[in-house]
Amino acid sequence: MKLITALLGRLGRQTLLIMAVIGRIALFAAATVTHLLRPPFYAREFGHALIQIGWLSLPVVGMTALFTGGALALQIYAGGARFNAETVVPSIVAIGLTRELGPVLGGLMVAARVASSIAAEIGTMKVTEQIDALTTLSTNPMKYLTLPRVLAATLAVPLLVGVGDAIGIMGGFLVGVGRLDFGAGTYLHNTIDFLETWDVASGMIKGAVFGFIVALMGCYYGMNSGRGAQGVGRATKAAVVAASVLILASNYILTELFFSA
Amino acid sequence: MIELRNVHKAFGANKVLQGVDLTIPTGTSMVIIGGSGTGKSVALKCVLGLIRHDSGDILLDGKDVTRGDRDAFLARFGMLFQGGALFDSLPVWQNVAFRLLRGSLKRPRDEAREIAIEKLRRVGLTPEQADKFPAELSGGMQKRVGLARAICAEPEIIFFDEPTTGLDPIMAGVINDLIREIVTEMGATAMTITHDMTSVRAIADNVAMLHDGVIKWTGPVADMDNSGDPYLDQFIHGRATGPIEAVR
Repeated sequence: MKLITALLGRLGRQTLLIMAVIGRIALFAAATVTHLLRPPFYAREFGHALIQIGWLSLPVVGMTALFTGGALALQIYAGGARFNAETVVPSIVAIGLTRELGPVLGGLMVAARVASSIAAEIGTMKVTEQIDALTTLSTNPMKYLTLPRVLAATLAVPLLVGVGDAIGIMGGFLVGVGRLDFGAGTYLHNTIDFLETWDVASGMIKGAVFGFIVALMGCYYGMNSGRGAQGVGRATKAAVVAASVLILASNYILTELFFSA
Repeated sequence: MIELRNVHKAFGANKVLQGVDLTIPTGTSMVIIGGSGTGKSVALKCVLGLIRHDSGDILLDGKDVTRGDRDAFLARFGMLFQGGALFDSLPVWQNVAFRLLRGSLKRPRDEAREIAIEKLRRVGLTPEQADKFPAELSGGMQKRVGLARAICAEPEIIFFDEPTTGLDPIMAGVINDLIREIVTEMGATAMTITHDMTSVRAIADNVAMLHDGVIKWTGPVADMDNSGDPYLDQFIHGRATGPIEAVR
């Protein structure tokens, strides 16, 4: 009985801790969004964040999409052969990439690259009193550090997803034509014919949500970083883990919203 | 004038400030001394609103610092942080002119740069340092840049957090002299926290000794050596024995 009580107690404490973190993150997100509506807006910081998050993530997202598109073409071809349905390769590659794999893998790659970098940067700023210095210089850290990054990621990741989709489809095309003996014209024709605008748009909406999550987690854990190198290391790890889990969870919810019958 | 009246602050069970009473008259230089972990930095951060005190009053010119326009309040302050707290991503001149490049004190970029270079010169740095990044400077130079940033917008009140920590004795002397000169020529009110007794004698008009969360002694720096206070005596002479327990 004592053991059960202890276990339940521990479970209860953990649940309360998790709920408290969720509450704090929700308040942090609300504070970030409300700063969007109030001046000043630091355009220079926003531009810098746009380059760091969007432009500099393009190589890693592009490479991920290229290889995923190629591998997907091979898998669908092999699987489709069981049902004599090899011809569906171009359309399934396109639909799979634009609706699901493009945004999710792109989001996860951005989470690994950007959430970690934001958390480490802001965490180090906190440890070295740069956040306090910002405040004493009459500059709100939420406005100067968080809002530009969150806004830049929310706008940049959908574009990354769009570019990633195109590169991924090209990866499938290269494998389809080079390895699976599809005609180039037929492959492209099948891709375009079966792809709908909503397939692409839904993936880009997912990208915007994932971008928001990635930057928000980076900023939240950075701002709440513990002391010293260990504190910053923990904040960085927590930001990547939280961003990745939230991307996968929100992907399911968005898929339910967009595509459930 | 800055007044702290019965200020309390605790972090969980750790009661750091337990009724701090302190007055810093306008245009004077107050140095707060005390052992590590006695709450000197906490007291300073409470005045600036970086940490919210639990109870008591902190007044600036008779007005509660927690009320009113926060930007206008902070615009009256300059602060030199212990580690400099320079922004790594910005060149030196943009660190110095940070306040002049944005917000209510915003100036044209060229003018802000000129002012920054003039302030850098005031703290003994050449214009060539202006376009470097903080990581390219030595510790002493970073401290000077921090000092230039603290005085760039000509604040009425300047806070110095351990201004000589980590510097060699000569550079510490240079920083002490600069602080004294700048505070005097600007007519600013200064509040410094330090362990360095050389700094205390160079910078202070008045001294306050913080121990066990309260001010144990306060008075003019000239009276410090003859205070008769056992806590202050032990601290300024660096004795291992006395009323302050030293953890060995």
